Amino acid sequence: MVLTTPFHPRLSELNETGLYGHWAGYLSALRYQYSAKNEYFGIRNAAAVFDASPLYKYWIRGRDAQKFLEGLMSRDVRTCKPGRAQYTIWCDDNGHVLEDGVLFRHAPDEFLLTAARPNLGFLQDQVRRLNVEVIDASDDFGVLALQGPRSREILTPLVPEVAELSFFGMTPAKIAGHSVTISRTGFTGDLGYEVMVPAESAIPVLDAILESGAPHHLRPFGEEALGMARIEAGLPLIDVDFSSSRFAYNDDQRFSAWELGFGWTLRGIDDDSRVFTGRRALLRERDANTSRWSTVGISIAQTDYRALHEEHGVVPYMDEIPVDWHTMLYENSDWVRAGYATSLMYSPLMQRHIGLARVRPHLAEPGTIVHVEQTINHEYFTVPATVVPLPFFNPERKVSMA
Amino acid sequence: MSEGNQYDAIVVGGGHNGLTAGAYLAKDGLRTLILEQRHLVGGAAITEELRPGFQFTTFSYGLSLLRPEVIQELELVKFGFMPLEMPTTFCPMENGDYLLMGPDHDANLREIARHSPRDADATERYDHDISRVMQYVKPLFDRMPPNLFSGDPEDKAEITWLLQHLGSGDKKVVHDTVRLLTGSIADFLDDYFESDVIKGHLASSGIIGTKVGPMSQGSGLVYLLLAVGEHDGNIGSWSFHKGGNGGVTQVIGRAAEAYGAEIRLNSRVNHVLVDNGRATGVVLDDGTEFHAPVVISALDPRHTFLELVDSRELPNDLVEAVERYRFQGTASKVNFALDAAPRFPALGDRTDQYRGFINIGPSIEYLERAFDQGKYGWYSDRPYLDCCIQSFLAPDMAPPGKHVMSCFTMYTPYELKGSDWETERENLGDAAQRTLASFFPGFDDLVLQREVVTPLDIERITGLSEGNIYGGEYLAPQTWIFRPAPGYTDYRTPIEGYYQGGSGTHPGGCVSGGPGRFVSQQVLKDRRP
Repeated sequence: MVLTTPFHPRLSELNETGLYGHWAGYLSALRYQYSAKNEYFGIRNAAAVFDASPLYKYWIRGRDAQKFLEGLMSRDVRTCKPGRAQYTIWCDDNGHVLEDGVLFRHAPDEFLLTAARPNLGFLQDQVRRLNVEVIDASDDFGVLALQGPRSREILTPLVPEVAELSFFGMTPAKIAGHSVTISRTGFTGDLGYEVMVPAESAIPVLDAILESGAPHHLRPFGEEALGMARIEAGLPLIDVDFSSSRFAYNDDQRFSAWELGFGWTLRGIDDDSRVFTGRRALLRERDANTSRWSTVGISIAQTDYRALHEEHGVVPYMDEIPVDWHTMLYENSDWVRAGYATSLMYSPLMQRHIGLARVRPHLAEPGTIVHVEQTINHEYFTVPATVVPLPFFNPERKVSMA
Repeated sequence: MSEGNQYDAIVVGGGHNGLTAGAYLAKDGLRTLILEQRHLVGGAAITEELRPGFQFTTFSYGLSLLRPEVIQELELVKFGFMPLEMPTTFCPMENGDYLLMGPDHDANLREIARHSPRDADATERYDHDISRVMQYVKPLFDRMPPNLFSGDPEDKAEITWLLQHLGSGDKKVVHDTVRLLTGSIADFLDDYFESDVIKGHLASSGIIGTKVGPMSQGSGLVYLLLAVGEHDGNIGSWSFHKGGNGGVTQVIGRAAEAYGAEIRLNSRVNHVLVDNGRATGVVLDDGTEFHAPVVISALDPRHTFLELVDSRELPNDLVEAVERYRFQGTASKVNFALDAAPRFPALGDRTDQYRGFINIGPSIEYLERAFDQGKYGWYSDRPYLDCCIQSFLAPDMAPPGKHVMSCFTMYTPYELKGSDWETERENLGDAAQRTLASFFPGFDDLVLQREVVTPLDIERITGLSEGNIYGGEYLAPQTWIFRPAPGYTDYRTPIEGYYQGGSGTHPGGCVSGGPGRFVSQQVLKDRRP
């Protein structure tokens, strides 16, 4: 039987559509309202809550907790001080990306890791001789993401400390008398917070937030609106934009941290005091310039897109729901392959089609034109798109303090 | 000699391999005769109505290894081929809990995490690693094994291909493969899992039909054999054919007849006619003769080489190898007609857990202890049971509301120490039923009828020597380039025109059709000028 999250009893009451998907074995709303776009504008123009409870969660505790994570994570965990969170990835020995997740450092020797896939066996196997305990806490907490420009105004009356939280900061707090952990994190690229709450306190905490948010048009949002926001934020999604190298059948299905655009997480890789899985391979790849791909944004020439469709007697199709396949990209009109878009959507905010894409490194320079495959009337065409840096959308409010 | 008794090819045995071989030959235009000793085709893949409305899968009971090529090339769908999905595997535990695996990957991970959160991600790694091994070994399964000892140019070319293929695996895949080929499934599983019920569930596939326990070397190979099959592209998945595996053989039989083969029932072949080192036909028990330049034995190697022909016609090394070839059947069937569905207390009145296999083997220790008794010539008092209530899969298997339950039962050695199966048959049935009742309280009250099929019964009814379900043990020295004997793996025999194509040849047992397909290819190749 499919499981339900600690917030489900309340959030299901608010689901007008009855549309759910399955996420990691849990019932997960695709959208609550008939319009996913309305939920998306909640994220971008008001505030909205997302139930992220199906994430897997692991406590990593012990004297060697930092040392353990230093060796495993590609990002330098030493820079994540207690009271901070850190987005990170982990790689195999060839520098191919296994998975990504967020570390929450509760104390010098206590971290909580969230991940999209189960990892307990993997993490425990990496402990070896270190003094570290990895404990599964997946079912212990509900995770509620409160995202959008009004999110701070909604939370502050409940938790005054929130006003002081910087981007990726975190704090213990109480909401409606229940202990929670609040972090300034999320998967939307906007101002936002995540509230981690013991499963048994989920409903009263949710109710308090919903009540505080009511004057600010707070609404729940589902996976569809999240999928839109995260593409604009340039955040790759596992099993959509990439998948774990552990489950690949060949190297065409594996991607290095550089190739996936995770180079920014490798800051300090030249520091020889950093020893982590995949480091040598990643250094070799960088120094020998052997990356096969670059991850970029593509922005479709919307005028050409419209004209192409209209020429063929078709109303231009502009759907904000990302297409669920990889779209081929070409270098030129001779159908020379340039790469492919792993996520592609019409962005209501950008007023154009945008995509996350992997292109051959020589095409990664911003301003390069690539040609995006389009099927119109059952025939193949292409439409030009410009390579752009990620993210597409990066508002000042995401990181600002007021 | 009447014209009517002259054929291009005669197939001895109407089991699934005989039918498959006959169908291929007939499809290619050969005047083909298939001779079956019983009143129905199917051999060990039959379905019988032992009680009005109740269809028993007497022996073979699941489908996975049937080669996709056989389905396509013989166009079996035209003749009624219909494999039904078995979406669940249900593993009751001795403490009253259970493991219920279904078709949803993420839901399975959560169910596994209920027993061990560690084992959830281990399952993903395990499944992936096994599928990599399958990619690596499947081409060997689906090619005729080369004769390493012949020096023939075709064999040399095949050996070149083989070395190249073996060299293409990465180091982990090669090592995993060798571990499974030579080691125990218990050791392999210990690298991934900690939960007893998950290990028991997976290890069960390492013992099926073979005199090994999960801790025995060799159980890894049996696991490989049973995992190399597929259902609709899902590697390692099993299906239930409409009408049981008797349904499958009826389909292949219909195909063979549609392509022009003649199937003659109640026709037990007494021996093969050999004239000056050349097969010329067969003689039935009643003396009737049929003649053909090609005779295929789809029986096991003991029948093929020691009974159907005079072994003086054969080289000594072959005869000795076949005499040494191990059968030692160790599996039985206990089949039930039930008045209602069994009840599993932890699931209340739910019955959705019965849409696939029910695995009574909750831990490696349970399986190994069952083996301990089998090892010393006795049957397990708490046997391993691979059950299926097939009436939940197809309504035509039992009257509405009633059920048939097939229980594959181990260990039950062919040779009992100090007794015999005539004496012990119903005691074995009691042991199986007692075991079921310990997991499904009230089971005894549901039983309308019970059929116990021991290795002795398998041998008597189907002819499979010592009741071995694979036509000979699936042990490393009896597989692939050694099946049935080193140097005799090309489906030909030293007697010209006499061929072998039963489960005792590569790729071996289970309803695969592989041997039948390969032998027909070899016959057709030899006929070409």
